[in-house]
Amino acid sequence: MELTDVIGLLAIGFCAGMLGGLVGVGGGVLFVPGLVIFVGLGQLEAESTSLLAIVFVAAVGAWRQRSYGNLRVRDGILIGLLSPIGVLVGTALANAVTERTLELAFAGVQLFFAWSLARRALRRPDDGAEAGQAPTAANG
Amino acid sequence: MSSRLPRLAVIATVGGAFSGLFGVGGGTVIVPLLILWFGYREREATGTSLLAIVLIAALAAGTQGVYGNVHVREGILIGIPAIAGVVAGTALQQRISERAVSAIFAVLLIVSAGVLIL
Repeated sequence: MELTDVIGLLAIGFCAGMLGGLVGVGGGVLFVPGLVIFVGLGQLEAESTSLLAIVFVAAVGAWRQRSYGNLRVRDGILIGLLSPIGVLVGTALANAVTERTLELAFAGVQLFFAWSLARRALRRPDDGAEAGQAPTAANG
Repeated sequence: MSSRLPRLAVIATVGGAFSGLFGVGGGTVIVPLLILWFGYREREATGTSLLAIVLIAALAAGTQGVYGNVHVREGILIGIPAIAGVVAGTALQQRISERAVSAIFAVLLIVSAGVLIL
């Protein structure tokens, strides 16, 4: 790896973490292309390596959100522990339909979510920044 | 409470499937489902999603590690600046409105869908 690649990797890592903190994702959407472009990894190795980086980001992000009072520990752990069911379903789906079908189906799901969130946000009056407001049901 | 567990299982299934198929953490489906289906506030949804992702990604990374697909050095190199990023991102999130969080999320979803389609 050349110096420019290392700098690129550090920069995209920071951006991925920033995104993760802002919207609660792991950052894989940036880690994967970053590892492909700056390290030259193949898709599978980039996705696998991205998962390792996601563990760091998500752990530190969850810890910070807990101190801000924005973490429902029980629900988060239950979703995490039940997720292997999804991995099995995903594997079965991957064998049943083409990759293209899966890509289009998930893209459709994401566009539906984008539309629903945007509509909901527009309907609701802006509540402003609420830092310091007591969370209603956090069970941390 | 009784109806919560099946719904959490559905979120876990969709998130896990998305994660396993596309090598991401699953947050792009977990966060909207917590908001739209459980009535979570945006900040709570993003915080809780991150905790779920720790477990999902650790399990998946461990599995891929067994197959030798994880490049540990590169993962750490990109992961360390990301830790600084996530501390900054969560701090920034406390200072913007929850509507803004939803708006940023909607843009991320549209970009992510675009990448899948192309």
